[in-house]
Amino acid sequence: MVKYTIKRFGLAALILLVAVTTMFLMIRAVPGDPVSIMLGPRATPELKAILTAQMALDQPIWRQLLIYLGGLLRGDLGVDVFSQRSVSDIVFQQLPYTLELILVSIGWSAMLGIAMGAYAAAHPNTMIDRVTAAISVSFIAAPAFVVALLTLLVFAVKLQWFPAIGAGEGFADRMSHLVLPSIAIGLSWVGYIARLVRASMLEVMGESHIRTARAFGLSEPRIVGIYALRIAILPVVTVIGVGMGFLLSSAVFTEIVFARPGLGKLVIDSITTRNYPVVMGSVLVSTALFVISTALADLINAILDPRARADL
Amino acid sequence: MTVAATNTPKSQSELGIILKGVCKDPLGLMGLIIVGTIVISALLATWIVPYDPIAMNIKDRMQGPSFAHLLGTDQLGRDTFSRVIMGGRVALKVALPAIFGAMAIGLTLGMIAGYGPKWLDNLLMLFFDTIRSFPTVMFALAVVALVGPSLQTVVIVVMATSIPTYGRVARTQTLTLRNSEFILAERSMGAKMSRILGVHMLPNIIGVLAVLAAMDIPGVIALEAGLSFLGLGVKPPTPSWGALLKDGYALIRQTPWLVIAGGLPIILATLGFTFLGESLRDVVDPKLRKNR
Repeated sequence: MVKYTIKRFGLAALILLVAVTTMFLMIRAVPGDPVSIMLGPRATPELKAILTAQMALDQPIWRQLLIYLGGLLRGDLGVDVFSQRSVSDIVFQQLPYTLELILVSIGWSAMLGIAMGAYAAAHPNTMIDRVTAAISVSFIAAPAFVVALLTLLVFAVKLQWFPAIGAGEGFADRMSHLVLPSIAIGLSWVGYIARLVRASMLEVMGESHIRTARAFGLSEPRIVGIYALRIAILPVVTVIGVGMGFLLSSAVFTEIVFARPGLGKLVIDSITTRNYPVVMGSVLVSTALFVISTALADLINAILDPRARADL
Repeated sequence: MTVAATNTPKSQSELGIILKGVCKDPLGLMGLIIVGTIVISALLATWIVPYDPIAMNIKDRMQGPSFAHLLGTDQLGRDTFSRVIMGGRVALKVALPAIFGAMAIGLTLGMIAGYGPKWLDNLLMLFFDTIRSFPTVMFALAVVALVGPSLQTVVIVVMATSIPTYGRVARTQTLTLRNSEFILAERSMGAKMSRILGVHMLPNIIGVLAVLAAMDIPGVIALEAGLSFLGLGVKPPTPSWGALLKDGYALIRQTPWLVIAGGLPIILATLGFTFLGESLRDVVDPKLRKNR
């Protein structure tokens, strides 16, 4: 297990290294002088000189890469050329908003999805099972930003039940600001998780320890709710870990639609102002988040299922 | 997604069997109808649209739905219905080349990884894993920020991010097939690698990839619409569902029908392709049905 952990995180580190290098070379591959591109029309000779020194652009490219990587290891994502603030400060200031949104979204959808899936598995091929299946497929099809726009229109603009913009202040206000965005992100996950749980539940229900539980005369809700579900929700853990990239992507759009602070809004705002260091910093942080959560999901999977350890 | 060697389409009649299987499944039939409608209206768009989708008419701007303008008009007086129909064409124009490109490249790389030497396999897998490690939208935004928004940029971004999915599946299929008896027999008779891969393996892999492609299209349509919604996809005045949503979002209080007219086609299209893809998968390879 220790060996697997080291290997898995070693792979994650390698992937991150390749990803960072790719990004770095991509920026350099864009035709034109990077300093002028970064500064855009605002370039003055003084600003250009400062940036050239900051980014070590007068050095050969491999040294530039090494300097950049060395900075990353120290948590230094570079400096915002316009405000002279550190990029990591800016990014980590916005990150909690995005994480909060993602956690609330996946939280409610996982709970509802698991309940729906377990219920459907306990009553297979009944009307309720079919209705659950149909709802599942329909919800999977709904892209987060479209749902976000439609809920914004109906519940915030027309009915005015929930606030339309911002993240709110104080606990109750913040929660009410989270309702619509988390519905937009979570909706497609409900059906997905329900299907996953239903399938693994049906598999688990056929196993011997469930038969034993039945033979002991335990009540059906107890068997389904405790003994079977405990094993059946394992795939959900993996799927959420691997789905982190998708969740981040949905969060970007949802933040824009509801004008919420967060990584997504930060990236879009920086793209429109051509603030490349901030764009790259946010992309790197979200990539790291994704790589780490995938590795964690694999690790949890390996702890629970020793067969998975052989794959690496 | 392991062994799926048997039921891939090889001839017209097998295609007929698959089509029949899809039509028997109510959700599959619904998907087929929705997808068919979208494809046909996109092909015939030029003749269907009642107005020029980019012609401005300031006199009639921001009008609600009526008989003259079925879905109303936008802030520049352009007919929304015409823009929705033309938007379907743009959506397919991005989705199809991107998916086919990704499938072709992914298939080639995946087969090389599955059949070639171990070091090449490891290298290609690292390449796939790296691309997959970027959250799609973040990667797309980074590329758009660097090279600027356009229809081609969207196609390239979608293609690049989808290659690993196809590559991984093609690799797994190749690995399973590699040791099957008919391949061993062919190898022992001294067949060339190109013959083994092209003639014997390809037909057994492509069916699974085709199903994957059908299920991938919704995501691609959503990504194009999303980027256009952010103003980073196709350029105005090109009518795209995402661009409709962008205009609608800016004026959500004054012209709410724009958001609905832009959003419903996206939901319908994703629904249609998802139904069709799942039904196809069940017909082509019942073993993949596990997660339903």
